Amino acid sequence: MAIRTNGKTAAQAEKPSKVGGVVTWFDDRLGLATATKKQIRKVFPDHWSFMLGEIALWSFVVLLLTGVFLTLWFKPSMGEVTYMGSYDQLRGLEMSEAYASTLHISFDIRGGLLMRQIHHWAAMLFIAAMFVHMMRVFFTGAFRKPRELNWVIGGLLLMLGILEGFAGYSLPDDLLSGTGLRIADGLMKSIPVLGTYVSFFAFGGEFPGDYIIPRLFTVHVLLIPGLLLALIGAHMLLLVYHKHTQWAGPGRTEENVVGFPMMPVYAAKAGGFFFIVFGGTALMGALMEINPVWKYGPYNPAEVTAGSQPDWYMGVAEGLLRIMPGWESHIFGFTISWNILIPGVVAPGVIFTAVLLYPFIESWITGDKREHHLLQRPRNAPNRTAFLVAMMTLYGLLWAAGGNDILAVIFNLNLNYITYFMRGAIFVLPVVAFIVARRWAISLQRADEARLLHGYETGVIMRSPEGEYTERHLPISRTEAYTLTARDRDEVFALPSGEDANGVPAPHRRSDKLRSKLSKFWFADNIQKPTREEYDEAQHHAEHELAIHAGEAHSADGHQFDGRHDVQGEELRKH
Amino acid sequence: MSHENDSSMPVPGNDEAAAHRGTPAPADPIADPGLAPHEPRPTDVDKHAERRAERQVATLFMLSALCTVLFVVSYFAFDIGESTDTFLGFSTSNLTLGLSLGFALLLLGIGAIQLARKLMSDVEIIEMRHPVASSEQDRRDALAALTQGADDSGIGRRPLIRNSLIGAVALLGLPAVVALRDLGPLPGDSLERTVWKKGMRIVNDVSGEPLKPDEIEIGQLINAEPAVFFATNKEGDPVYEGVELQQEKAKAAVIVVRMQPKDITPLPSRDNWGVEGILCYSKICTHVGCPISLWEQQSHHLLCPCHQSTFDLADNGKVIFGPAARSLPQLPIGLDDQGYLVAMSDFTEPVGPSFWERG
Amino acid sequence: MRFLSARLSAKRRSPLAGVAVLLMGLLFTGGAYAVLSPASATDDLASDQALVTKGRELFLVGCASCHGRNAEGVVTKAGTQYGPSLVGVGAAAVDFQVGTGRMPMARPGVQAQKKAPVYTDEETRALAAYVASLGPGPAIPEESKYNISDVDNEAVVRGGEFFRTNCTACHNFAGSGGALPGGKYAPPLKGVTPKHMYEAMLTGPQQMPVFSDDVLKPDEKRDIIAYLKSLESAPSYGGFGMGAFGPVSEGLFAWVVGIGGMVAFAVWIAAHTTRSKKGSKA
Repeated sequence: MAIRTNGKTAAQAEKPSKVGGVVTWFDDRLGLATATKKQIRKVFPDHWSFMLGEIALWSFVVLLLTGVFLTLWFKPSMGEVTYMGSYDQLRGLEMSEAYASTLHISFDIRGGLLMRQIHHWAAMLFIAAMFVHMMRVFFTGAFRKPRELNWVIGGLLLMLGILEGFAGYSLPDDLLSGTGLRIADGLMKSIPVLGTYVSFFAFGGEFPGDYIIPRLFTVHVLLIPGLLLALIGAHMLLLVYHKHTQWAGPGRTEENVVGFPMMPVYAAKAGGFFFIVFGGTALMGALMEINPVWKYGPYNPAEVTAGSQPDWYMGVAEGLLRIMPGWESHIFGFTISWNILIPGVVAPGVIFTAVLLYPFIESWITGDKREHHLLQRPRNAPNRTAFLVAMMTLYGLLWAAGGNDILAVIFNLNLNYITYFMRGAIFVLPVVAFIVARRWAISLQRADEARLLHGYETGVIMRSPEGEYTERHLPISRTEAYTLTARDRDEVFALPSGEDANGVPAPHRRSDKLRSKLSKFWFADNIQKPTREEYDEAQHHAEHELAIHAGEAHSADGHQFDGRHDVQGEELRKH
Repeated sequence: MSHENDSSMPVPGNDEAAAHRGTPAPADPIADPGLAPHEPRPTDVDKHAERRAERQVATLFMLSALCTVLFVVSYFAFDIGESTDTFLGFSTSNLTLGLSLGFALLLLGIGAIQLARKLMSDVEIIEMRHPVASSEQDRRDALAALTQGADDSGIGRRPLIRNSLIGAVALLGLPAVVALRDLGPLPGDSLERTVWKKGMRIVNDVSGEPLKPDEIEIGQLINAEPAVFFATNKEGDPVYEGVELQQEKAKAAVIVVRMQPKDITPLPSRDNWGVEGILCYSKICTHVGCPISLWEQQSHHLLCPCHQSTFDLADNGKVIFGPAARSLPQLPIGLDDQGYLVAMSDFTEPVGPSFWERG
Repeated sequence: MRFLSARLSAKRRSPLAGVAVLLMGLLFTGGAYAVLSPASATDDLASDQALVTKGRELFLVGCASCHGRNAEGVVTKAGTQYGPSLVGVGAAAVDFQVGTGRMPMARPGVQAQKKAPVYTDEETRALAAYVASLGPGPAIPEESKYNISDVDNEAVVRGGEFFRTNCTACHNFAGSGGALPGGKYAPPLKGVTPKHMYEAMLTGPQQMPVFSDDVLKPDEKRDIIAYLKSLESAPSYGGFGMGAFGPVSEGLFAWVVGIGGMVAFAVWIAAHTTRSKKGSKA
């Protein structure tokens, strides 16, 4: 029921229309017009990378829809039943009701297998999309003030999403999910002092018990989805309140937001994207078999399969577990399993804390307390970019380590060598990646500067009367030049110097010294945009050169493309 | 909508940050040229293009509707269950339902987006931002209200009330913790023991057949269980079933292997733990508890498929690779009077993953 | 299977009881047969002197360089086995190793790889006869042991239980194979003939453990084979299996196809449409 407007004047109901009537009825009761009048035409900037979070959002909606479908038949019980359904290879076996009902959904409910597969694919996409969205936010500095809290909410969403995924992975009670729970039990038991109790309370007794699946079911369908919904709501509210960030460019400043209105353009684009995400996951569910639980068989604590892996988002923890050396201490009659505690409990805690705190750490180093609504290009924050590249390298390595047996089989590698390699590589390669990415970003800054001051490379080679060959550079357009310079200058945090009125030297706290060092490391190598004087001088120089050639009766070939001549019908390179 | 180019709007923190700098910031090299003029699309100026786009979008929507109908048709047309219809080796039902649903949704989405891209107004509009923070006045007012509220409550002036309130509320956390006590029983010593005991037969898993040494060849691997898992009590009911069986199995599962006796280097205390080169080890990994049975008969190595801990079964189950820290527990075995393999005792140490109280 | 033996009496009242009792009977008969039948030390292969002679000739040409002129094995200077002794490995081992092309090895390595067989069936028989004549070992199983044409579904289900207990740890839940330490691997089981599967269990080729007929009874082996074959012939219910390697390949596809596809759509959604030059009036 789109209200046709021209974007300039409010939709005025000339005579009482039906829509107007409905709106009036509701507004009389809810008073929503005041709150929504601006939101209906709320502006969203257009860029592909701004839609990554939407993939996560829509995957979540797909998860809710397909998840409800699955709950109609799934029985979260570990009570034993004899399977009598249609899957031949398991008929007559004793298994838990959870597993039997999963088989029932897969083989005896029309569309049940499809819904299961869509649900699982959407879950993989949900978390993957949160990751890429978070990477985009990080690379562009969109987490900076005033959006730090939204970054924290996003981090919590990611964490909850991973927990939610693990709970869901465990529900079918097949061999793979049981193995996953067995490993979770091992992780719990490694916690010092409390470990055994944590495990016994979680499983309602000794592993596996018959409580864990009903409990995880409640967690999976009620507790975590509720939290996710609330946090997604808060995330979106803050997005609306802060208004979306945008890329710098002509007419796009810190004080405005330029783009298309919510109604109708974004409603259509975002709504359409929902159907695309749903449709895409449905196609994946139709064509690609995911988690074929019937092949794994019911869980049996004496069975295991090669290729026992968690879903991809747990791959990092799995990789850490695999490459950790077997360290264990025995102190005063107690056991501390470093080989499980560090990768399974300490590392995830440290990583997530670091993720949540990052905006505050960066703003402390840079001393930047301003509001930012314009995004930074990754090259203009070389250290931040390099940091994420290093983290991605680490993540990728651990991920690969989590699948080392599969890598060994597919690429005919030696399993043990992969592990030995990873033990060193996770310390070395992220550092290498950091250095390379940092230098790369700074080089790109230099290239930008050269482009700005000396123009772009035309590809036209000129030969001077003396026989010297040069490539013509021509000035870039004003729009591009502005876009390149529309960024902040970096300020290195300097220690307060001098003395105060009483001749006491300014106090230097230790934290200030550290901050000053870090700030220097952060910014000192960056290429700053030129000042107006530098730019004008470069422009002047270019004008001068042009003028020399302009004096000639016939401007040298190629010069007509400098943007100051009409070149209709001409091509830069003639064939 | 005209574009304002002056950036006079105050943004909290920005002035302050600027004032912090020693020198005034150098002027920006280029002034903002302002938003580029809107360029029309073919559909804005060309009636034919517009009509074409219209037809395109409508076609997409109609195809989507067609796919929805196909979904309903395939729901009823194709069989699943015992007589699953197959197509190219796939379940026809899953394939057609998924493809029709997928394309119904996808085409709808593509149509909507094409509509937005081609036919909806694409004039960029500008919305001004407002400082996220409230105005100074509002802040002062809010703070004043807060102070007034606090004052009116008198909590600040009456520390006895304040402290007892804080104490009482804090204590309410306790029931939340205590009430969870019955989540599970206390561990006790249940992790320290298994169902194995002296004289219990070792039987082949799944079939429950007892084992004799002469049936076992060099290089043989047997995934085995204690005989009690296959036993029945006087009433004819299984001794262990359901959850108890699973719990005990999670500790008591073993593997029996046979090697050349000359290859085995037992600890002095384990000289008589095997029978003619037949040894029995816990099947539960000492790392995080996966069942391990990837036995290499030539190298005598046992690999865990979960995290690749590798144990040398010829050398008392010692860890030779991977994240596990402890040797695989060995079960001392012997023969009963009928010549079947039996356990000589329970495991002499807790099996499975390490835990704090393990010592 | 648990319920068939351990819970038999508990289930006696259930409609399954009859089937279970029948099955138990069959199990015991099979087991008793296996126990009572004479250990197959030699079979008729080795007694066919002409075949043995032919086999020895082939052996001297194709195998002796690694296994020694009398199949006694060759030890390297370092004391490791260059080619192991074949005395007592039996005809079944030869039939498996040569019949699947693993022997002769193309080059020394951690593990012999499956490839197109070098010897014809008749030559393989001759080699097997020669090796069988060297010492007692498992004979090539008769066809009735691995013939799965008349097994019922109960047997397939039981085979699945044995498969998951004894085989999946190395060969993966779908028989896709898995990694072993030091570059070794458990090979995929798809497309392996029932005879070769049976022989592999019986003889334990290379690092694979032995599953002797006394412990894993012939009909239990047959059930495992029947289960694997039933998996091979079952439809791929959910679509392409992506190698049946479990969550690792699923994660890869989620990123490449899923996120890749969605990001491509996002780029398309946000991309600017073509602009018209002719009507430019703004």
